[in-house]
Amino acid sequence: MKDEITSRDDRVANLKGMGCSRKRVEDARFTQGKGNYVDDIKLDGMLFGDFVRSPYAHARIKSINTEAALKVPGVLAVLTAEDLAPLGLHWMPTLAGDKQMVLADGKVLFQGQEVAFVVAEDRYAAADGIEAVEVDYEELTVIVDPFKSLQSDVVLREDTVDENGKATDGAHGPRKHPNHIFTWEVGEKEATEQVIDEADVVATETMYYHRTHPCPLETCGSVASMDKVNGKLTLWGTFQAPHAIRTIVSLISGLEEHNIRVISPDIGGGFGNKVGAYPGYVCSVVASIVTGRPVKWIEDRMDNLMTTAFARDYWMTGKISATKEGKITGLHCNVTADHGGFDACADPTKFPAGFMNICTGSYDIPTAYLAVDGVYTNKAPGGVSYRCSFRVTEAVYFIERMIEVLAIELNMDAAELRRINFIKKDQFPYQSALGWEYDSGDYHTAWDKALKAVDYDGLRAEQAERVEAFKRGETRKIMGIGLSFFTEIVGAGPVKNCDILGLGMFDSCEIRIHPTGSAIARLGTISQGQGHATTFAQILASEIGLPADSITVEEGDTDTAPYGLGTYGSRSTPVAGAATAMAGRKIRAKAQMIAAYLLEVHDDDVEFDVDRFVVKGAPERFKTMKEIAFAAYNQAIPGIEPGLEAVSYYDPPNMTYPFGAYVCVMDIDVDTGVTDIRRFYALDDCGTRINPMIIEGQVHGGLTEALAVALGQEIAYDDQGNVKTGTLMDFFLPTAWEVPNYETDHTVTPSPHHPIGAKGVGESPHVGGVPCFSNAVQDAFRPFGLRHTNMPHDHWRIWKTANDLGLHG
Amino acid sequence: MIPAAFEYYRPKDLSGVISILEEHGDDARVIAGGHSLIPMMKLRMADVPHLIDLQDIPGMSGITVTDDAITIGAMTTQHDIIDHDGLAAVAPILREAALQIADPQVRYMGTVGGNVANGDPGNDMPGLMQCLNATFTLVGPDGERTVAARDFYEAAYMTAREDEEILTAVTIPTPKGGYAYEKQKRKIGDYATAAAAVQITKDGDTCTAASIAMTNLSDTPIWSQDAAAALVGTSLDAASLKAAVDAMLADIDPSEDNRGPVAFKRHVAGVILTRAIERAWSRA
Amino acid sequence: MSKKMHISLTVNGKQEEFLAEPRELLIYTLRERLNITGPHIGCETSHCGACTVTIDGKSVKACTMFVAQADGADVTTIEGLGNPDSLHPLQEAFKEHHGLQCGYCTPGMITRAAKLLEENPNPTEDEIRFGMAGNLCRCTGYQNIVKSIRAAATEMNAAKEAAE
Repeated sequence: MKDEITSRDDRVANLKGMGCSRKRVEDARFTQGKGNYVDDIKLDGMLFGDFVRSPYAHARIKSINTEAALKVPGVLAVLTAEDLAPLGLHWMPTLAGDKQMVLADGKVLFQGQEVAFVVAEDRYAAADGIEAVEVDYEELTVIVDPFKSLQSDVVLREDTVDENGKATDGAHGPRKHPNHIFTWEVGEKEATEQVIDEADVVATETMYYHRTHPCPLETCGSVASMDKVNGKLTLWGTFQAPHAIRTIVSLISGLEEHNIRVISPDIGGGFGNKVGAYPGYVCSVVASIVTGRPVKWIEDRMDNLMTTAFARDYWMTGKISATKEGKITGLHCNVTADHGGFDACADPTKFPAGFMNICTGSYDIPTAYLAVDGVYTNKAPGGVSYRCSFRVTEAVYFIERMIEVLAIELNMDAAELRRINFIKKDQFPYQSALGWEYDSGDYHTAWDKALKAVDYDGLRAEQAERVEAFKRGETRKIMGIGLSFFTEIVGAGPVKNCDILGLGMFDSCEIRIHPTGSAIARLGTISQGQGHATTFAQILASEIGLPADSITVEEGDTDTAPYGLGTYGSRSTPVAGAATAMAGRKIRAKAQMIAAYLLEVHDDDVEFDVDRFVVKGAPERFKTMKEIAFAAYNQAIPGIEPGLEAVSYYDPPNMTYPFGAYVCVMDIDVDTGVTDIRRFYALDDCGTRINPMIIEGQVHGGLTEALAVALGQEIAYDDQGNVKTGTLMDFFLPTAWEVPNYETDHTVTPSPHHPIGAKGVGESPHVGGVPCFSNAVQDAFRPFGLRHTNMPHDHWRIWKTANDLGLHG
Repeated sequence: MIPAAFEYYRPKDLSGVISILEEHGDDARVIAGGHSLIPMMKLRMADVPHLIDLQDIPGMSGITVTDDAITIGAMTTQHDIIDHDGLAAVAPILREAALQIADPQVRYMGTVGGNVANGDPGNDMPGLMQCLNATFTLVGPDGERTVAARDFYEAAYMTAREDEEILTAVTIPTPKGGYAYEKQKRKIGDYATAAAAVQITKDGDTCTAASIAMTNLSDTPIWSQDAAAALVGTSLDAASLKAAVDAMLADIDPSEDNRGPVAFKRHVAGVILTRAIERAWSRA
Repeated sequence: MSKKMHISLTVNGKQEEFLAEPRELLIYTLRERLNITGPHIGCETSHCGACTVTIDGKSVKACTMFVAQADGADVTTIEGLGNPDSLHPLQEAFKEHHGLQCGYCTPGMITRAAKLLEENPNPTEDEIRFGMAGNLCRCTGYQNIVKSIRAAATEMNAAKEAAE
C-alpha cells in the first residue's frame, strides 16, 4: 500500500494526535439532540419510582400509611424501610466507611430524606401516589451547627452509641461524642505549635467555606432492569464510577458481579455529584426485582439540591507563622467538617478528610499540622468534592486566604509574599510537611508570566489612586485585585494508599486494533463532558500511529470496559491516560516485532516514526501501522500470536500536581454590593497538553463554577434545618450575562512520572478560581481595614462588609 | 414537578370564562402565559381543579396608541411590549421595564395581564402601572368596571379583583417627561432586590411633576406620593433627593429573604430610587 | 387523573394526534409520548432552559406549558433543525468552536440561538449574552457558546448575501 501523505508534518497532522485542537467526536450526537442520557432510556413495561420525602430535618417516624396511595390508579407498590429490612437493604454502606439509610428507618435526619418509594406506571401516577402516602412524624430537636452538635445532649445517630448511651467507635477510630465522626491528624503537632509560639509574626484567621452543591444540569437517576429469566440485573445510571457501583450493588444485593451489568450512558455533568450511591439507585433495583419490570428513578432539581451529596461545609481555623521578612516557618490548620446526617463523603478510605493536607499549598513550609474533626448534623449527607480533587478546594482556599492574611499582618504585597515562599523549581520532587511528594513545578516562571501579563504593578497603582478617589468622595466603586496561586493534587492514586471501599485506585485501558487499521479502546473512566472519546483517541493516535479519527473510545459499560475507578478528582488523564499510553506502547512493541518480521530485519533494526516503523538508516523501507494491523491478522509469525491488542492496568506511582496562577480584577459598588469582573487571567500548567481547545473549555467552565461559588452559590439552612436555597431561584447559577470573558494562558511543566507527562486540568480552574474571586473582594476592602470576610460574596454580604467598615458614611 | 389533575377549558369568549368562574368560584383560575401559575402548580403550591385558558378569547391582546392614552390587552406578552415601536415612542419606560423582566423565553409567554393581576409582590408591572396611573379593566358577571392600579393591590396575592372577574386590559394615560425603570437583581431572571419606576417632568430646572413607585419592597407595590412630592418644585438638589428617599423609605416595608436583610434592602432601595430619579431627570 | 382530551399538534413538521390528560407538561409529551428526547429537563422552576423549543415562532420552555395549551400549535425542537446530511450552521459552529461539553444544555441552547438569530441576525456579544440568558450551562462558562453563535451568525449572513 502506497501512502499518499509523504511529508512528516502532514503525517503528524493527519493523526490528530497529542497537542492538536481536535474537534470533538461527541458533538455530532449532542448538537442533533441524539445524546443518550438516563432519562432518555425507555424499556418495555418500564415503571417509574419516586420518593415520599420528609419535610422535617429531624423527626421520629411514628407510622406510614400507604393504603390510600396504593389505591391511586397506576400505583403498584410503596416500599418502606420495613420492606427493605429483610433484604438488609434499608441501610447501605457509604464511600466513607459509614452507613446511610436507604429509606427512613425509624427516624429522619435531614429535610428531604427518603421515607418511602412509590412505584407506578408513569411519573404522573407516582406523583399522585406520593401525595397520598400518610406519614406521622414526631418532630425532634434540630441541630444545624456542628459546634453545637459536639456539645449537644441530642444524639442524632442511634447507631453511634451503645446500650449505655456511650459513644461507639467510628470507621476511623474512637468518637469524642455520639455526634462526632472522626478525627484525622497529619503532621507535627508539637513542633508546629512551638514554631508558631516562637515566631516573629503570626497571623490567625477563622474562615468558613460554605456549603454548596455541584448541581450538574442533569439530575441523578437510574433505570434498573432485573431479567428474571436469566438472573441478570442491568442498571443504567448517572454514575461517575460504574465499576465501583457494580461492586457495591453486588455486595449489598448478593447478586454476583458477572450477573450485574452497570452502564453509564451519556451523563449531563457530574462535578462529583454522581460519584456515590443514592437511595434512588437502590430502590429502583429493589423495585425492579420485586415487580419483575424495569424501574426508572429520576430526581427533581429540588431533590438534587436538598438531598444529594453537597460540597464543602468546612470551618477552618489557621495559624501561619513567618519571619519579619516574610518567610513562612509554620502552618497550623484546624477543621470542623459538617457532614450532615451521614458521612457519605467520597474519599479514598484512608483519607476521611480527603487530601486536605495539601493545605501547605504552593509554599515551602517546613513545619505543619492539620487536624480535622468530622461531625453529624441535621443536614443532607456528604460531602463530595465538587469539581476538585478530594477536599482540595477547601485546602487551597485555606492557604490562599492565610497567605493574604499574613500579607496584611506583615504589611506586605501579597504577590511578593507568595513569591518569596514558593517552592523552588530545583526543590522538586518536593516533600511537603504534611506528607505529599509534589512531582514537578516551576512556580516562579508561571507567577512572573501572570503578573507581567496583567501589568500587576500598574494595577496596584490604579488601585491606590482609586482608594484616594473613594476617600475624596469621587467614586463609590472600590477596586480589588484577586490573586491565587494554587497547587492541585489529582490523579488518585497509588493503590498502596488510595482505595475506595477496598478497590485500589488504578485505572485501565484495553485496545483492540482491527485488521483494516482502525481500533477500539475501552477505559475504566467515564466522561461527563470532558471529551474522553476525543482526547484519549489523541493519546493513542500519537502512541500507535493510527489516526484518532480511526479510533473509537468507549467507556461506561461494565460488561465490556476494563475495571476502573471512574472519573472525578481530575484522575482520568493522570491514571487512565497513563494506562492508555502504556497499552498503546504494548501495541507498539508488538507492532515493532511484526514490522521487523515483514521487513525481514531484527527487531532492534526498526524504529517508530509517527505512523510507521522504518528500517534504521534505510527510511525508504517501512511498514505503516495500517499494514502492520492487517499483517497481525494475516501472517503466521513464529513466536507471535495473531491479533493486535493490549490492556494496561496502571497503578500510578504518585498523584500529579497541576498548578496555576490566576489574577482577577474586580470593581465593587459599595452601596449596592454589586461586583463587576473587569478582567480574569488564568495561567494553567497541567503538564503535557493533549487538546488545547478542550483545556480552554475546561478552564472557562471551572472558572464559571468558581465565580458562582464565590459570589453567591450556597446551600443555606435556617435553624430548623429547612433548606433556604432548594431551587434555582435562590441557588445561584449564573447566566451568560453574569459571566465575563476569561483570558487563558499556560506554561508546561511535565510530570516526570507520567508516561506522557500529563497532569490533568479539569478541576484546576475551580480550585484556583474560588480563592481568586474571593481574594478580589477581600483585596478591595483591605485598604479600608478588612482582614477576612466569609463567602459567598453576594450583594448583601458585600454591602454588609462595607457597612461594617463604615463606608456608608 | 408534576401538577395535580385538573379540568381544562378553552372558551371562545369572555362570557364562557365568566360562567366557569361563577360555577366553580375559587376552584377555578384563568391562565394567560402560565409562567407564574404553572410553576406553582408543578410544586403543588397552587391547587387549581379548574383551569381556564384565555388564549382563544378575542380582543384581549394588542396595543393601541392614541393621542392621550395607550391600551394594552391583558394577553399582550412582554415580548410584544418590547417589540412595539409605537409604544416605545410614546411610553419608553414600558420597554425599559419589560427588558428587565425574567428571560427571553419567559418574555415570549408572560403577559401584562398575568404580571399585574395575580398580586405577586415580586412582579415588576404592578409598580410600573401605579407610577403611570394606569387603570385596569375588569369584566365579570355584572359587566365591566375599571380600577386604578393605585387602588388595586391589597396584600400579597390579594387584589381588588373579585373571583369571577377577569382583567382584560390595561389603560395608561400617555406619560410625560423623563422616565426610568431601575432594578437591582442577583442575576437575569431574578425578581428585584429593589426596583423603582420614575416618571418626571421639568420646566427649565424645576421639577413640575413626578411619580414614583417601588417594587418588591412590601407585600404590594408602593406608589409613594410623598417621595414624588419631595421633588416637585425643586431642582433635584441633594437635599430634595434625600427627602424623596426618606419619604420612600417611610412607605416601604421590606422583608428579609435570600436576597438579604431588611437594612440592606432599605439601603439599596434608596440607591436604586436615586439612580432612577437621576436618569429620568436626564431624559426629561 | 382527569379525563383525557384530544390533542393535535405539529412537531418538527409532523402531525401528531393523541389523547392526553390536560396536565401533561409539553416536555413530557415530547420526551415520553413522542420519543423526542432532544429537549431535556434540568429544573422544575422554569429557570434552566434545557427544555427550550420553538412554538409558533416563539422560544418557549416546554416544561412550563401544558400539552392542552399546545393543542393546535406548531412545535420545533432541536431534532427539527437540520439533519445529519445538512446540519444547521449553529450545529456546525458549536462543534467548530467547542460550544458544548456534556451536551445536556445543548439542544435547548441551539434551539434558542436559532430563534435569537431570527430576531437579530447580527447580534453583538452583549446581545448574544442577553438573548441567551434563559439557558443555563454548567460546563462551558458560556464563552465558547457566545463564540459559536457569533460564528454561525457570520456564516448565515454571508450565505444570505451570497444567495442575493
